Amino acid sequence: MNDLIPEFDFARVFIAPWADGAQTFIWIALMGFFVAAACGLVGNYLILRRMALVGDAISHSVLPGIAIAFLLANSRSTPVMFLGALVAGILTTVIIEVIHKKSRVKQDAAIGIAFSTLFAIGVILISLYADKVDLDAECVLYGEIAFVPLAPHVQMFGLPLGPEPVVRMGFVAALTLLLIILFYKELLVSSFDPGLAASLGINAGVMHYALMSMLSVVVVSAFESVGAILVIAMLILPGATASLLSQRLPVVLLLSGVHGALSSLLGIHLSIWLECSMAAAMVVMGAALFVLAWVFSPGAGLLATWLSRRSKPVRLEAAPQPAYGR
Amino acid sequence: MHDTAPALELHDLTVAYHKKPVLWGIDLEVPQGKLIGIVGPNGAGKSTLIKAVMGLLPISSGWVKVFGQPLKKSLQRIGYVPQRESVDWDFPVSVMDVVLMGRYGRLGLIKRPTKEDREVARACLEKVHMLPYANRQISNLSGGQQQRVFLARALAQESDLYFMDEPFSGVDAATESAIITLLHELRERGKTMLVVHHDLPTAREYFDMLILLNMRLVAFGPTSEVFTNELLQTTYGGRLTILSDVAEAVKEQRILR
Ligand SMILES: Nc1ncnc2c1ncn2[C@@H]1O[C@H](COP(=O)(O)OP(=O)(O)OP(=O)(O)O)[C@@H](O)[C@H]1O
Ligand SMILES: [Mg+2]
Repeated sequence: MNDLIPEFDFARVFIAPWADGAQTFIWIALMGFFVAAACGLVGNYLILRRMALVGDAISHSVLPGIAIAFLLANSRSTPVMFLGALVAGILTTVIIEVIHKKSRVKQDAAIGIAFSTLFAIGVILISLYADKVDLDAECVLYGEIAFVPLAPHVQMFGLPLGPEPVVRMGFVAALTLLLIILFYKELLVSSFDPGLAASLGINAGVMHYALMSMLSVVVVSAFESVGAILVIAMLILPGATASLLSQRLPVVLLLSGVHGALSSLLGIHLSIWLECSMAAAMVVMGAALFVLAWVFSPGAGLLATWLSRRSKPVRLEAAPQPAYGR
Repeated sequence: MHDTAPALELHDLTVAYHKKPVLWGIDLEVPQGKLIGIVGPNGAGKSTLIKAVMGLLPISSGWVKVFGQPLKKSLQRIGYVPQRESVDWDFPVSVMDVVLMGRYGRLGLIKRPTKEDREVARACLEKVHMLPYANRQISNLSGGQQQRVFLARALAQESDLYFMDEPFSGVDAATESAIITLLHELRERGKTMLVVHHDLPTAREYFDMLILLNMRLVAFGPTSEVFTNELLQTTYGGRLTILSDVAEAVKEQRILR
């Protein structure tokens, strides 16, 4: 048994990182939190609009986006990559819309066509120009959050802020939050009832593409640390977990932030224990939290449902008055 | 300025889904202050008509004017009650949140609903007897209650022209008559309402005017003039069993009166 799973040593797993390596781990934890928070916030709206798979699609089309941007600009600078991925992300949503609207193909199939094709093009481009494109496909797919603290630190107004990817992700997370607060009611009504939204003069198309652009920005900034494949988990898990615990959108949004922070922290410790990929450990912890919520949610959890079915009839409130159209 | 303009004017309105026309050359001039029924069989294009008029669907030809103005300029004056099935009732919002959505059109970008908006929303909920449910999550409502939440939301829009898609589906008789009273009240205040309705005998009672629709406009006029066997035959394509039931019902009503 001991050969299969490394021994669990509380001091090594939970205390040592913060005692010896706080400088390193604080950045990793922050990065994990920013990624999960930004993804979780946008992801909530994807779930509400039943578009969770679009997040998957965009995260895959990022690969050809950065490959093409790299070939065109011949630079690995962040803005170039960012732009390439952003254009690819928005293009993906446009392609999905066009296939879905202009042919008989349903949206889920259109998503499958769009992202696998774009991803394949990315793979071809990278292998064609392998000598020119100095991209590590492995890193694009799985990311490397453990290297984040090693990135050059940035300063602002002479104040040291932190490693560049962490600062950027923090900025993106803050921007996402700000936009969601500012356009809360527009996002709400266009997600709940597009018909009413349009009649109120809120352009559902504009909202759709605004959300998709935001999603692309979030995915692009997240993917270098968690990779294109794990980012989908970050998009869905926080919102899905939170939706099991509350039925009020503001609370759901808040809870998905809490979920992000917890899965980031717990993920770090899991990966130290198992000596495995940190991003993967964060996702696994996020999924564990989801299962916990599923079982223990006070309202709709498995346990609550089971108990209420099993228990003797509870004492009810006073007998109801007849409804009479109430 | 446009006080006497028709509430709604359509000219040669044609609407198609994927090149297949479902509404063809509709000409219509709806006066203000009337309660109007839209009647026709399933698939006749009733919902499509409402959506096209509200700019939710592209129109292939023709034009729409609302209070003598192009649609864009008069969106503020239109209220909407969609078919109940058109939204996801598991959405994490409360009854109050949904009714407040009716106020969004007046708020403009970024602004939050004010205390006053909440007051209006509360008053509208009271009118449909749903105030005690204000804080409920919407999935915990019965079908008829959901329908009344939509109605309260439309009231909160404080519009002059209302489109209601089957507001009576799934409500009990008492609620139905309560809603009708409410609609009459709105009419007294000069509002115009276009209501999709499936039950022919009651359609005859409820509405001042009827739009008989089946891909084309079969007839439009005061209920007493267009609720005839012949025009209904044309609208429902001679589905005689239904129509004879209606004729039966109509006869019975005559006897009762
Ligand atoms: N999104 C769509 N795409 C393609 N065809 C559609 C679409 N929506 C409606 N249709 C078709 O348009 C026609 C009119 O539909 P519409 O929903 O307007 O009917 P309706 O009169 O409201 O019917 P009901 O009484 O069942 O509500 C139908 O033949 C329908 O099949
Ligand atoms: Mg309909």
